Amino acid sequence: MDSIHRKIAQHRRIDWCFVTLTRFFAFLVLISLIGITITLILQAFPAIKTYGLRFFLTADWDVHNDRYGALAAIFGTVVTSLIAIVIAVPVSFGIAIFLTELCPARLRHPISIAVELLAGIPSIVYGMWGLFIFAPLFAEYVLRPLNLSVIGFGYLSAGIILAIMIIPFIASVMRDVCETVPKMLRESAYGLGCTRWEVLRKVVFPYAASGIVGGIILGLGRALGETMAVTFVIGNSWAINWDLSRPGQSITSALANEFNEADGLQMASLMYLAVILMIISLTVLSLSKVLLIRSRKFK
Amino acid sequence: MKTDPSRYRRRRTKNALFLALSWLATGFGLIFLAMIMWTLFSKGIDNFSLDLFTRDLPAPCGGENCPPGGVRNAIVGSLLITFFGLLIGTPVGILCGIYLAEFGGDSLFARATRFMNDILLSAPSIIIGVFVWSIVVKRQQHYSGWAGALALSLLVIPVVVRTTENILILIPNRLREAAYALGTPKWKLTLNVTLRAAKVGVITGVLLAFARISGETAPLLFTALDNLFFSTDMNRDMANLPNMIYNSAMGAHKNLIDLAWAAAFLITLTVLLANILARFLGGSAKTSRKS
Repeated sequence: MDSIHRKIAQHRRIDWCFVTLTRFFAFLVLISLIGITITLILQAFPAIKTYGLRFFLTADWDVHNDRYGALAAIFGTVVTSLIAIVIAVPVSFGIAIFLTELCPARLRHPISIAVELLAGIPSIVYGMWGLFIFAPLFAEYVLRPLNLSVIGFGYLSAGIILAIMIIPFIASVMRDVCETVPKMLRESAYGLGCTRWEVLRKVVFPYAASGIVGGIILGLGRALGETMAVTFVIGNSWAINWDLSRPGQSITSALANEFNEADGLQMASLMYLAVILMIISLTVLSLSKVLLIRSRKFK
Repeated sequence: MKTDPSRYRRRRTKNALFLALSWLATGFGLIFLAMIMWTLFSKGIDNFSLDLFTRDLPAPCGGENCPPGGVRNAIVGSLLITFFGLLIGTPVGILCGIYLAEFGGDSLFARATRFMNDILLSAPSIIIGVFVWSIVVKRQQHYSGWAGALALSLLVIPVVVRTTENILILIPNRLREAAYALGTPKWKLTLNVTLRAAKVGVITGVLLAFARISGETAPLLFTALDNLFFSTDMNRDMANLPNMIYNSAMGAHKNLIDLAWAAAFLITLTVLLANILARFLGGSAKTSRKS
């Protein structure tokens, strides 16, 4: 009898240790982002102290005179991501509509899988394709005839490559969300004599709205934080050009290009850039998460 | 009942217009993606040879008669870094997933952890690289394969957490109740009953994580760096395929650029195979990269 009690007590102890262990790792995951942010802020501290909020407003990045400002990089990141979203959203809508409404039933499954697999292709492949194939063609057949620029590297190219990269991603989220719309709702609308477009416009989209917006913002988050696809084609020049065919710089490309050779104030400024990127992405991703959670609750 | 034919026609036209636009958009998107795949496969197959696996990175060379070369050092480096990345990240991910599915329930702590995990899933990977540089490379004063593995493990964790939790939730409660009724302690229940029943799902998660990290370049830029030579020393700079592609493609030497295409082809093939295998294993289980 005594040995059973001892055994039970022993198992209780092991149980306690086990649950605490799993909770500890969950805690680790919980604080990881906070830890990352704090580490980056500490590393960026010299630049934060030197420039404060002025860092956001000055555009010159001058390594020789040790003067740094983030505006050009922020401008590049925001502009390329916006270009990407403007192109990717209508196309993804098209693909999602195609997959849920138009596609012959036999092709639906294979095409959906293909789209999802494309979403997993490493971004460096998109970057490489942009560098060797897209940028030269884009310069030759689009930019040169329009008298814009003779080289294909710039915000516009980077934005287009980003768009191609996030299309499969947004499209597959949108398709998933559209499929959560109950069949009964669709069929009632068809029963009232609605055309397909009317069913989509007045039943499917309103029902799936927050999920669709969540998917788009998730895609935006991806575009904002993407490194390789941008670094290859943005042109890497510290300038703010309203002519979007010209080369520029984004936060990620600045980090990729300069980080390994930087020290002192330049390093701290790069860290400051990383902090800014982190804050932008966290905001955007949290927003998308909240919207996606809300869309799931409707189910 | 009277119908207004012009109104009807207008609705029909509008419908046809938007559906045609949707066909057009699909075509537009898929053409670009098909072009990328086509370039990658044709260039990749052109430059594919056994030398890739048996020789190390050659010296840059622009002429016609270049010595043969391969990417053996980068393949070995990538495999090592990826392997250790998975080795560090998987247990952490599984344990956190177990907590969320079995013990966390709907508590604030569990919900917050889920939220953070989902954010971590899509956080910019270059930030992870910068973070690991600050806590490892800067302290040690040198780049290392270990730092690269650590950076990748931070990308593995959220994927594994997500898939583990999702699959554990699917395990019927009857199984847990039956085990409890027999007096099984929690740790045994989790490890021997639920986790065993969810084995395939967990393996799927690890495969997805593998697919996710094997093409990641940005987290390795400032951690593992690159190495032109063959090395299996995880304490030093380590060659890896993504960085080899990046450095070669940014350079101007034809033999290295050709090798970069072959390497990109190799990586893409690996990622596609891993994703297909995961899908095959996971059946209808959802891919974890989304939402």
